[in-house]
Amino acid sequence: MDLKFSESDIAFRQEVVSFLQDEYPEDIKEKQDRRIPLEKEEIVRWQKVLNQKGWFAINWPKDYTGLDELSVTQKYILQEELAKANTPTTIPFGMGMCAPVIYTFGTEQQKQKFLPSILNSDVWWCQGYSEPGSGSDLASLKTKAELKEDKYIVNGAKTWTTLAQHADWIFCLVRTETTSIKQEGISFLLIDMNTPGIEVKPIITIDGSHEVNMVYFDNVEVPEENLVGEEGQGWNIAKFLLAHERSGIAGISALKRELARLKDLSSEIPLGEGTLLEDVQFRNKIEETEIELTATEFTELRTLAAMSQGGSPGAESSILKIKGTELQQTISELFVEMLGYYAHPFYLENEIGSNETVGPDYAAPVMPHYLNYRKVSIYGGSNEIQRNVISKAILGL
Amino acid sequence: MDFTFNEEQTLIQDQVDQFVLKEYDWETRQSLSNSELGFGKENWQKFAELGWLGISVSEDSGGFGGSAIESMLIMEAFGKGLVVEPFLETMIMSGGLIDDFGSQEQKSSLLEPAIAGEMQLALAYAEPQSRFNLSDVVTEAKVDGNNYILNGYKSVVMNGPSADKILVSARTSGSQLDEAGITIFIVDAEAEGLMKTNYKTVDGRRASDLTIENVTVSDTDVIGKVNSGFEVLDSAIDKAILAISAEAVGAMEVLYKTTVEYTKTREQFGTAIGKFQVLQHRMVDMFMEYEQCKSLLYMATMKHEEGSADAKKAISGLKYQVGKAGKFIGQQAVQLHGGMGVTDELNVGHYFKRLTTVGTIFGNTDYHLKKYTSL
Repeated sequence: MDLKFSESDIAFRQEVVSFLQDEYPEDIKEKQDRRIPLEKEEIVRWQKVLNQKGWFAINWPKDYTGLDELSVTQKYILQEELAKANTPTTIPFGMGMCAPVIYTFGTEQQKQKFLPSILNSDVWWCQGYSEPGSGSDLASLKTKAELKEDKYIVNGAKTWTTLAQHADWIFCLVRTETTSIKQEGISFLLIDMNTPGIEVKPIITIDGSHEVNMVYFDNVEVPEENLVGEEGQGWNIAKFLLAHERSGIAGISALKRELARLKDLSSEIPLGEGTLLEDVQFRNKIEETEIELTATEFTELRTLAAMSQGGSPGAESSILKIKGTELQQTISELFVEMLGYYAHPFYLENEIGSNETVGPDYAAPVMPHYLNYRKVSIYGGSNEIQRNVISKAILGL
Repeated sequence: MDFTFNEEQTLIQDQVDQFVLKEYDWETRQSLSNSELGFGKENWQKFAELGWLGISVSEDSGGFGGSAIESMLIMEAFGKGLVVEPFLETMIMSGGLIDDFGSQEQKSSLLEPAIAGEMQLALAYAEPQSRFNLSDVVTEAKVDGNNYILNGYKSVVMNGPSADKILVSARTSGSQLDEAGITIFIVDAEAEGLMKTNYKTVDGRRASDLTIENVTVSDTDVIGKVNSGFEVLDSAIDKAILAISAEAVGAMEVLYKTTVEYTKTREQFGTAIGKFQVLQHRMVDMFMEYEQCKSLLYMATMKHEEGSADAKKAISGLKYQVGKAGKFIGQQAVQLHGGMGVTDELNVGHYFKRLTTVGTIFGNTDYHLKKYTSL
């Protein structure tokens, strides 16, 4: 047992810090610090900066990046420093989700065609999983892909498709066969968003933002070569991906940053003759959150340590998903509470950051963030589903 | 002990319920909320014609002499429809205050037109530093002959954009946190030196921040006594808490019922999700929280009506429970609706947003728990 970092880890941290000082674009930093939503171009630009340094696709095997892999500790340090500096969250759909599927299950031709453009953020991917009738019960999905000669004809609808409005490609779970066991007829298909017959319709959420979409498929023709793995293997691929998706889902470093920010800001809010941070009720809530956060951090570190010794993130990742999302929601709630009445004035995405807002200059994005984050206990397998996973897989109930 | 409503009360309850049911469907509510004004002018006229606006105003002041119970019934029904017309702001907060503390002249110039639906009012009590403390007042009023000159800033004044007259708390003596030394002034919305910054609030309503620079008012614009404004405000906010809690109870009822209905029809894993025990228990908890709120609402309203010594404590207890239950019911209604719950299209998210602001308005759970302890 040892909590200390080695000399080389400390040197690595210093390298990350100086990289951020030199390479983190000022204009993006300013928007991030003011919590103004980023444009697609800015996200892509930042991902390219990271990739230049070899710190974008850090979980890819070296065969596909040509770089030596970072150690588990180095990855942890990197993510912590990136979060501490409040750099933009990288978009996971290509780099973190589609690419691992392609390099694990794809053909040589698919690897060559798709991986370089993902690594370089030249192609934006989105995820076609949920459907209007298939949420928690994902395997009941109905979007159909019928093979006719050398093309799949895709019909159906996908929903909650995050940032599909920016996407060039979508990876989809589709039904290629009607089987008695619903999981067995599912396949994993890559679809060019420019194919005729695809329509993207925005879904506006309660925070007033356009983040998710409906994606409709009407006789969309997809070349057979875009199937990943074999027909009927889609569910196994999806399960592989879910385990991938859940590790790191807790977003601990970002939560530490936000909690520190909450303390800072609430120490400037007057309350009678003192400050809000000095108020015992508010302070207790911050401290309870801090303890829970520390516990979750070390639960994650224990999981990572087990993984680095060859373990795989199994049902334990469900613990991180539940605890991480609960913390995200609690902290977003404390920000709302901190603001009091000034959480109520409501501005749309394009108004946030304008000079017309009232209250403290950091106030405008706080309520939209709280509202938006109600999604985190719903997406990626709702927290109810995650508890089912733990109860079945860990407790054996 | 009697928890039944009298005949007139039942009548008004039915009338408002029917209005919400038949004339205030979700589309109508959304189009009113998104309109320039933020509510329906015609609805407001209708409320006046039906006698709802003056229902709880005393007969001496030109009203119909009802009690807080009539206001409670109206507000509960409004909560079910998420009604955006500013009944709370104009009639309960401001109208109630004038009814209780205003001069005859003020009643005829403000309250009568308000009851007739011809005047909108707002109460400006919060400041950037005050949080929920009504006696934390920096805005000051200095005597100038028969006039007062006001300077300061007021935060998140609900119904500010539509208000023709704004009741403003200002310090006439003492220091920032003193209860003594506050005075309530009537300020015309068009007064020179008054600048409104208007905006939408997250619950689909409207509010303003006020910059007050050398605004001159007459000494006849003082409501109640000079330096005794805290008692005026405190009493008005007590009534407002009862009213907004009734609204919240109405909204909670819709949310728990909508959620129960949804889980009966939404199928996953080949069965209605309402068959899952974990969700059943969650909804039972939502239902119980709603019932507990309703109990405290009735209790606190009756204590207030009867002028009980512990009425204020009951009101703080109620507001605490409304904050706690509103958060739980709102969050869980969204959670159980899954992705649909976070869409702008479905009404569930909008009920959640109103319960979120209600939890803060007039003091959040922390504030009222502390107040409850101190009383």
